[in-house]
Amino acid sequence: MTMLLSAPAIDMPGALASVLGLVAITLVMTVGVAYATWYERKIIARMQLRLGPTRVGPFGLLQPIADMLKLLVKEDLRPATADPIAFELAVFAIFIPSFLAFVAVPFTADWLISPLPLSLLYLLAISGLSFIGFLMAGWGSDNKYALLGGMRAAAQLISYEIPLILAMVGVVMVTASADVYQIILFQDRIPLIVWQPLGFIIFLTASIAEVERPPFDIPTGESEVAGGVFIEYSGIRWSMFQLSSYVNMYVFALLGAFVFLGGWEWPFGRDIGWGYQLLLTVSKMALFIFFYLWIRASFPRMRVDQLMSYAWKVLIPFALLQIFLNGLFIVYDAPGVVLAASSWAAAGGLMYLAFHVVRRGEPRKPLQMISVRATAVAARSAS
Amino acid sequence: MIEQFGRGGFLLVFAVIFPLIPILASVALGIFKIRPSAPDPIKESVYECGMVPIGDAHVRYNVRYYLFGLLFVVFDVEAVFLYPWAVAYRHLGVYAFVEAMIFIGILAIGLAYAWRKRALEWI
Repeated sequence: MTMLLSAPAIDMPGALASVLGLVAITLVMTVGVAYATWYERKIIARMQLRLGPTRVGPFGLLQPIADMLKLLVKEDLRPATADPIAFELAVFAIFIPSFLAFVAVPFTADWLISPLPLSLLYLLAISGLSFIGFLMAGWGSDNKYALLGGMRAAAQLISYEIPLILAMVGVVMVTASADVYQIILFQDRIPLIVWQPLGFIIFLTASIAEVERPPFDIPTGESEVAGGVFIEYSGIRWSMFQLSSYVNMYVFALLGAFVFLGGWEWPFGRDIGWGYQLLLTVSKMALFIFFYLWIRASFPRMRVDQLMSYAWKVLIPFALLQIFLNGLFIVYDAPGVVLAASSWAAAGGLMYLAFHVVRRGEPRKPLQMISVRATAVAARSAS
Repeated sequence: MIEQFGRGGFLLVFAVIFPLIPILASVALGIFKIRPSAPDPIKESVYECGMVPIGDAHVRYNVRYYLFGLLFVVFDVEAVFLYPWAVAYRHLGVYAFVEAMIFIGILAIGLAYAWRKRALEWI
């Protein structure tokens, strides 16, 4: 900090280099976000026994560019009764916070746009701002479905913000720093997922809800609110909404990779050079994104009352429990094994409870496992 | 500090420009007649799955949203208070632990009260 303050404010080659670095980082992020759509379509297609995009370029790799061109030349519609200011500015109000989160993301040990001492809090705060844009879009569209979607988005985002922040308080208690960089350095031997599995599960659930991915996509559910806030947007504005949702997904995947999986530090240490560090960061991030897509392909959408009560009645009490356990075992200098074991036990409790809640209301009958293989063998031996 | 804000500010400028470029490009394509534009009263009406919308969309909405907003403010402020405590926690000792647990306990009782009063039910 003091070094930065005492350094001359404008150092011409340094300033030029940092601006060029920023431009490079933003361009790489843009291309990466555009290709997230391709990645998603390919993964989802494979999970549904399809091929996904194959025609445009090798493996369909040029598909995002073709989509972009198509969306650019689509007719742009706006309802005559819509509020033009709220309608137009909602795009920016959603996009800017999700993009600004990259200020505090340390891609490698050296690739960092701005070293903030409270970068964890900054990331959580700035990514929580986008609900204002959802409210603007919902109110400005003058559409009942859009209003409903906007209100649902706001309710969901603020509800899942709290377990997210409280889970991160537990992490901060263990690492004694709210700087993502310091948290990464803390995990040089053991990643935090071992110490804080309960916090990790809460983070994972709440982050899926924060980026409004299925099964937590009730604000934008097509079959319920006909697309929610996006209903009146078409062409390039619609694609900006989609882009910002992908940027948000990247931010939360990066946050999870840094805070719980050790970022570029674990398991090889920090002396492997920036190339391998970037590879490590990107592969951990891709793991998270793959998990989000997997969840999307596997689960049906939740109901709105289930969604709200899961945040308030399950996740928040368990996040408070995690803070209590951390406080208890840190203040009495218990060995790290005890801290980890308590968190694992509480995580098991959370998973049992979630399973129990999901199964509640089903008729109680013994599970019948039908083995396709056994049936086929029996049929063959019969014939 | 200035440099940190400057870098954030650069990204802010980029974040404004980034959606602006495609939107302006789309407008330009409209001017050069590459992008179709055929306005129509039906197209410019609000989409409600084919039905003619009745009345204004700026209707009253459920009071539940307000309750959840109030609860959110309480717990968000609690979480922000907990951050400085959590950063300095290893130096503070048993006193800080008991104090913070009383603080969290009061809020947990508040949550239990809201739960009991069925403020967390979504009807």
